[in-house]
Amino acid sequence: MLAESSTNLVPFIAAGGVGVVGVSFLFIRRSRRSSSQTPAPTSPDAPKVAETLVADRGDATEVAAPIATEVTPHVEAPNVRERAGRTRSLFVNAFQSIRSRNVDASTWDELEETLLLADIGIGLATRLLDPLRQSVKDGDLRSGDEVIQALRTAMTAQLSSTDRALHLDAAETPNVWLFVGVNGVGKTTTIGKIATAEAARGTSVLMAAGDTFRAAAAEQLQVWAERSGASFVRGAEGGDPASVIFDGIQSAAAKGVTLVLGDTAGRLQNKSNLMEELKKVRRVADKAPGTVNEVLLVIDATTGQNGLSQAKEFAAATDVTGVVLTKLDGSAKGGIVFAIETDLGIPVKLVGLGESAEDLVVFDPAEFVAALFE
Amino acid sequence: MFDSLGDRLQGIVKRLKGKGRLTEADVDEVLAEIRTALLEADVNVSVVRDVVARIREQSIGATVSEALDPSQQIIKIVNAELVGMLGGETLKITYSSVPPTVVLMAGLQGSGKTTSAAKLARWFKSQGRQPLLVGADLQRPAAVEQLRTLGSQIGVPVFSESGDPVTTARRGLEEARRLGKDVLIVDTAGRLAIDEEMMQQVAEISSTVKPNYTFLVVDAMTGQDAVSVAKAFDERLSIDGVILSKLDGDARGGAALSVKYVIGKPIAFAATGEKIDAFEQFHPDRMAGRILGMGDMLTLIEQAEKVFEQDKAEEAAARMLEGQFTLEDFLDQLQQLKKMGPLSGIMGMLPGMPKEMKDAQIGDDQVKTTEAIIRSMTPEERRQPEIINGSRRTRIAKGSGTQVADVNRLIKQFTEMQKMMKRMGGLAKPQGKAGKGKGKVNKRQAMRELGDMLGGQGGMPGFPGLDGSPGAPPFFK
Repeated sequence: MLAESSTNLVPFIAAGGVGVVGVSFLFIRRSRRSSSQTPAPTSPDAPKVAETLVADRGDATEVAAPIATEVTPHVEAPNVRERAGRTRSLFVNAFQSIRSRNVDASTWDELEETLLLADIGIGLATRLLDPLRQSVKDGDLRSGDEVIQALRTAMTAQLSSTDRALHLDAAETPNVWLFVGVNGVGKTTTIGKIATAEAARGTSVLMAAGDTFRAAAAEQLQVWAERSGASFVRGAEGGDPASVIFDGIQSAAAKGVTLVLGDTAGRLQNKSNLMEELKKVRRVADKAPGTVNEVLLVIDATTGQNGLSQAKEFAAATDVTGVVLTKLDGSAKGGIVFAIETDLGIPVKLVGLGESAEDLVVFDPAEFVAALFE
Repeated sequence: MFDSLGDRLQGIVKRLKGKGRLTEADVDEVLAEIRTALLEADVNVSVVRDVVARIREQSIGATVSEALDPSQQIIKIVNAELVGMLGGETLKITYSSVPPTVVLMAGLQGSGKTTSAAKLARWFKSQGRQPLLVGADLQRPAAVEQLRTLGSQIGVPVFSESGDPVTTARRGLEEARRLGKDVLIVDTAGRLAIDEEMMQQVAEISSTVKPNYTFLVVDAMTGQDAVSVAKAFDERLSIDGVILSKLDGDARGGAALSVKYVIGKPIAFAATGEKIDAFEQFHPDRMAGRILGMGDMLTLIEQAEKVFEQDKAEEAAARMLEGQFTLEDFLDQLQQLKKMGPLSGIMGMLPGMPKEMKDAQIGDDQVKTTEAIIRSMTPEERRQPEIINGSRRTRIAKGSGTQVADVNRLIKQFTEMQKMMKRMGGLAKPQGKAGKGKGKVNKRQAMRELGDMLGGQGGMPGFPGLDGSPGAPPFFK
C-alpha cells in the first residue's frame, strides 16, 4: 500500500508538492486578482448596488413608545436552570454517584466523560481536572463531594468576563449591533427577539436585512419587524450586504432611531471570500453615521469543538464583542463557550432558552454552571 | 484548529521506531492520541470508548511491516476501522411501485432541512424523476417562501398552504398524485427532540404521508448531542438515513460517525457547499481521514505511487534544488499532477493545507491555460525564459490563445519560483546530494521556508515519518 521503501517516495512527492505549490502559487494570485475585481463574491451576476427598499413604517416610533409591560426579558427572565434542567439528568446522575463514593480512578474517568458530553472539549477538561487530581494527591481534597465543589468553582472561574452588558450608550447615535455566525444558528430569530425586547423597553429599533443570500431571509426578518414594530430596511436578493447595512444605518440616523440591528447571511468560517465580504460589512458600517458598539457572534448550543474555530475566525474578521448562545433549551450543554471565553476572551452575553421573545436572557455564569451541577 | 493526528503522533513514533513489535504500553500511548483526535472531532464519548477498545485489540502484538512504521500501521488500522464503521451498506433508493415515493425531512432547528430538501429535489430531478416539494414548516417565518424560491431556482414545484402542517402534508400528497409526480419531499419545521408536542406533530405527519424514506438532517458541526438527537428522532420516526449538512465547513464531522454507529442507519447524502448542486452521496472512506484530521493523505500517497514516474520525478527534484528547474520540468509536473485527478481534489486532499490555498479557485482550466502557454514556447524558450522578448511574447500569446499579460505573468511567477528553489537548493546542499533522500534536515527546512513564503500558516502538518525519519513530513513543513 504505502511505499516499499518510503525513502524513495520523498523526492517525487516533494517534486509533486512543489508542483502543486507552484501551480497554486500561480493561481492564488490570479484568483486574488479576479476576486478584487468582483466586489460581490457570493453572486457574480448580482446587481452591483443594492436596490434598497425602505419599508418606512410611520408607526414605528409610536409603537416604540414605552409600552413595556410584559415582554421585558431582563425582568421576567426564565431560569437557565429550569430550562436546561429538562435534560440535565445525565450530568446530575453522574455527579451524584461520584459524590457518594471515595475518589478513585473511575471518579476521574466519570468526571472527564461528563465534561466531554457537555462539549467542553478534551483540552479544557484536562486543564480543569489535572489540578484537582493534584489536590487529591496532596490531600487537600478528600471526598467526591469536595472534588465536585472544587470543579464547580473552577468552571465558574473560567467564565470570569465582567463585561456582559449590551451597549446602547453611543455618543453618536444610532447604536449599531451586527449579528454574525455560521448558517442556521438563529441569527435572524435572535434579532427578532432583541428587537421585541428593546422595543418593549421603549428603544426605537430599525432592522437591516443584510442577509441577501439565503432565499426569503429578508421576509423572515420582516415578519419579526412587523411583530415588534421596528422599522425595516432591505435590499435586493443577491445584492451587496454592506450597502444594505449602510442604508439601514443612514435611514435610522435620519429618523433619529436609537438602535440598528444588522442581520448578515450565515457563512462558514473557512470560506475566505465570504469572510472578506463580512469584513467589508463591518468596515462600511463603521463609516456610516452612528457607532458599531456590538458585533454579536451567534452560536448554536449544540455546536461541538468547531465552535472555537468559529469564534476565532469571526473575531478576526469583525472584532466580535460578545457571543449569543442559542437553543440552550435543547439537550445540549453549550460547553464550548467555556473554551471561547477562556481561550479567546470573548464574553457570552445572551442565551436563548426557547422560541418566544422573552426566552432570550442575559447570560449568568453562576446560573449556567449551576444548571450543569444541580 | 487542532493539530492533526499525524503531528501528534510524531513524538511517539520517534521512540517506537525500530521496534519490531508493539508492546501494550506503546499501543496505549498511541491510542491516547487517537482518542484525543476523535474527541476533538466531536465523536461521541461512548462511541470513542468502543472504537478505541476495538482498535486496541487489533493493534497489540501487531508485527511491524517493512513498509510502515508502527504508528502508520496503527493509523492504517484506525482508518480501516472508521471506514468500516461509517460505511457498511450504502443507501440505495428504491422507488415505490405506487408513486409517489415519499421522503420526509426531519431535524433540529437550523440543521439545514429546507436547503437539503431543495438539494435533494434537484438530485432526484437529475436522476430523471419528477419531484414535488411540500413546505410543511409553518413555524419559522418565511420558511415556505424560502422553499418556494429554491424550488423555482431548480424548476421543482412547491406545494404549501397555511394552517396545519399535518393537513398541508396530506394535501401535498394528494397534489402529487393529481399532478402525477413520482417523488414527494416533505420539509418539516425544526424541532427539539425533547419537545413532546412538536415530536408528536412530526409523528402525525409521518403516519399521514407514510414516507418511504425518512431522512434526519444533521449539521456536521454538531457536538456530543448528535447521538441523543438521532436516537430520539429514530425512536419516533424510524429514520432511514442521515443527510449530513454543512460538510464544507472546517468541522471534522465526528457527529457522522456517532450517528451512524448509534442508530445504525447509513449516511445517505452530504451537503458540500452553499450552492444548490453541492450535494452528493456520502463517501465513508473520505470521512474517516477527515475525522482523524489527516485529509485524504492515504489516498493521495496511493495515487502518487500509481501515477508518478519515479525516475523522472527524482531527476526533476534534483534539478529543482540545484536551481536548474526549467519550464520543461514544470510542464512535466503538470502532466503528472493531472493524472492524479482534478487539481482542486488534490488540494482538498492535503491535510492542513493553508486555508487560502484550499479556497483559491484552482480550476483545471487554469492548468490548461498554463500548459498551453508553455507548449507555445520553443524548447529553447522553455529552457531559458530570459530570451523571451516582446515579439516572442506576442507569438506565444497568439499561439496559446491568451493575452500577452498572461504570458508575462506566467514568466514572472516562474522566475520567482525558480529563485525560491535556488534558495532551497542552497539550504539542502551541505548535507549531500539533494533529491536522493539525504540531507533531510535541510530539505525540511527548505520546504518549511517554501511553506512560509506561500501564505504562511506555519506550514502543513504532514504524514508522520513518511520517509522513515521521525517528523519529516513530506512537503511544505
